[in-house]
Amino acid sequence: MAGTVSPHDAKTLIEQLPILQVLVPFCTAPLIVLIGNRHMAWLLAFVASVISLVISYVLLTQVYGGGFISYQLGGWAPPLGIEYRVDAANALVMLLISAIATLTLPFAYESVKDEIKAKDHTLFYACFMLCYTGLMGVVITGDAFNVFVFLEISSLSTYVLVAQGAGRDKRALTAAYDYLIMGTIGATFFVIGIGFLFMSTGTLNMADLADRIANEGTNRTIRAGFAFIIVGMGLKAAMYPLHLWLPKAYTFAPSAVTVLLSATSTKMAIYVLLRFLFSVYNPEFIFELNVMFLVFMPLALIAMFSASFVAVFQVNFKRMLAYSSIAQIGYMLLGIAMFNLSGLTGTMVHMFNHGITKAVLFMGVGALVLRTGSSFYNNLNGLGRVMPLTVAPIVIGGLSLIGVPGTAGFVSKWMLVQAAFENGWWFIAILIVLSSLLAVVYVWRAIEVLYLSEPAQGTKMAEAPMSMLIPMWILAIACIWFGVATDLPLGAASTAAEVLLSGSFGMVE
Amino acid sequence: MDWDFIAGHVNYWMFIVLMMTGLYIVVSSGNLVKKIVGLNIFQVAVFMLYISIGKITGGTAPIFPSNSKGYLEIDPSIVYSNPLPHVLILTAIVVGVATTSLGLALIIRIREEFDTVESDDLVKIEQQLTSADNKEHGDAMGGMA
Repeated sequence: MAGTVSPHDAKTLIEQLPILQVLVPFCTAPLIVLIGNRHMAWLLAFVASVISLVISYVLLTQVYGGGFISYQLGGWAPPLGIEYRVDAANALVMLLISAIATLTLPFAYESVKDEIKAKDHTLFYACFMLCYTGLMGVVITGDAFNVFVFLEISSLSTYVLVAQGAGRDKRALTAAYDYLIMGTIGATFFVIGIGFLFMSTGTLNMADLADRIANEGTNRTIRAGFAFIIVGMGLKAAMYPLHLWLPKAYTFAPSAVTVLLSATSTKMAIYVLLRFLFSVYNPEFIFELNVMFLVFMPLALIAMFSASFVAVFQVNFKRMLAYSSIAQIGYMLLGIAMFNLSGLTGTMVHMFNHGITKAVLFMGVGALVLRTGSSFYNNLNGLGRVMPLTVAPIVIGGLSLIGVPGTAGFVSKWMLVQAAFENGWWFIAILIVLSSLLAVVYVWRAIEVLYLSEPAQGTKMAEAPMSMLIPMWILAIACIWFGVATDLPLGAASTAAEVLLSGSFGMVE
Repeated sequence: MDWDFIAGHVNYWMFIVLMMTGLYIVVSSGNLVKKIVGLNIFQVAVFMLYISIGKITGGTAPIFPSNSKGYLEIDPSIVYSNPLPHVLILTAIVVGVATTSLGLALIIRIREEFDTVESDDLVKIEQQLTSADNKEHGDAMGGMA
C-alpha cells in the first residue's frame, strides 16, 4: 500500500483502519468527559471498544497469511514520518487487547458501580479509554519514539485507574504511587535506549533502524541502548526481579481495572520486547543471544518457581492470581529464550491464552467481591455450591491456568515443552511441568475453598448479575474453544513468530 | 582518555551525573515528594541528552532564510542543527509534567488517608494492615497461610 500512491489521494475506509484503531478510543475519552453523564460514558466506551474490536479483526484477517500493512500518518512517508505498521504479530495482540476491553466493559458496569464513588464514574471510563488508546498505540506503531509516547499515555491513565481502588482499601494509593515511580523509571530507561539508537543511526522508524543495524553492524552505543530498552520494558512487563509493583497494583486496583491490566498491559510490554529483540535488533548478534540465554532464561525459571511458590501461600484470591501472573510472564520469557520457531509461537500463544485465562479468573474474583465484599479465601467458603454459575468459569480458568489438556493453557505450555525438546533441553521441559504442578496446588486451594468447604451459616448469595456472567462465560468458553480448535491463535502466532524470526528482514520491503 | 576526550564529551558527563543524581534521590529518599523531585531530575537528564545530540558543530537554528518576496531561499552551504530531538523532547517534557502532577496529586491523597508522606511510616502502616489481614484471614483457614 505504500510507495506508489500519492499521499493526498482519497483513501478508502479500509485503508484508514490502522489510524482509526487508535483514534476511535482516543476521541471517545474527551467526548465522555464533555458529555459528563455516567450512563452515557459507559455506553460510549463500550461502543468505541466494539468498533475497535471489529477493526482489529479486519486487520488480522488482512495480515493473517503474512505480509504487512503500512500506514503513513499525515501522508508523510517513513522514515521521516510516523508509520503505523500492522503484521501478524501485532494484529494478534491488538485482537487480544480489544477483545478483552470489549468484554471488560460490560463486566465493569456493575463492578464499578459497587467499588467506585458515583461522581468518579465518568472520569473512570475516560481514563479507561485513554489507557486502551495507549495500549493500542504502542502495539500498532512502527516508530520507536511513538512507542514511548503511547506507553506513557497508557501508563499515566493506569496509575489513575489503580488509585481508584482507594474507596475500598487505602493501600491502592501507595500501590499506584509505587507503580508510578517504577513505571516512570522503566519508561525513561526505554527512552534513553531509544536516544542511544537515534544517536548512532539517526532514525526512529523501526524498519529503518533494523535496516541500518543489520547493514552497518553494532557499536557500543547501540548495545548500551539495547540494555536500556530491555530493562525499561522488563519493568513494564514485570520481568522477574523488576516485578515488585505488580502484586500490590493488581491486588488493590478495582476489579475491572485488574482484569484489563492483567490481560493486556504486561502482554503489550512483552510484545514490545519481542519487537525490539527480533525486529529492530537482529537476533543473529551474539550479545543478544547471550542476553537470552544468560539473563532471560534463568530469570524466567526463577519467576516460574518463586512466584508460583509465593502464590501458594496467599490468603487473598486476588493477590494469589497476581503472583501467578508473574510466574506466567516467566513462561513467556522462557519461550523467547528458547530462540526457535516453536518457542516464539509458544510465547505468542501464551500471551493470548494467558490473557483470556487471567481475564476470566480476575472477573470471577470481581464477581465474588461484588457479592461478598471480599476476596479473602475465608469469606468465599463454599460459594461454588451457592452460586454455581458464577464460580464455574473460575474453575475453567483455573484449569486453563494449570494447563490441563483441552484448555487453552495446555496448548501454549505444550508448545513451550516442544520447543525445549527441539533444543534438546529436556531439563527445561521437566521444569515447565514441575512449575505447572505448583499451579495445581494454588488453583486447588481456590477450588477447595469454593467447593469443598461448608458455606457460612445462612449464606444466601444471588448469582452475579447477567452483565458479569455473560463476559465471564464467553471467556471461559474461549478458554476451552482455543484449547480444542487451535487454528486461530496458533496460526496467527506461528505466522507472527516467522515474521519475528526472519529478523530485521521481515521489516524491510 | 585524554583531555580532549573528556572535554569533548562534556554533555554526556553532565547527563550521567544528573541521571545518577536523580535516580539516587528516587531510591534513597524517604520522602514521597523528594522522590518525585528525584524522578524529575532523572527525566530532565534525558531531555538534556536528547537536546545535546541534536547540536551539530557550527550549526545554526533550523530555519530556512526567505527573500524579500517571502519565498524560501535554501542555501545548501548553511549547516543546521537537527531539530528532531527538540521536537521529541517537547513531547517528553509534556509527559514529564503530567507524571509529576499526577505523582503530587497521589501524594495529597496519600497524606489525607495515611497522614504521612514518609515512606518508612507508610511501610510500617502497610505492614500492620497486611499482618492484620493475614492474621484474621489466615487463622480462619486453619493457619495454612
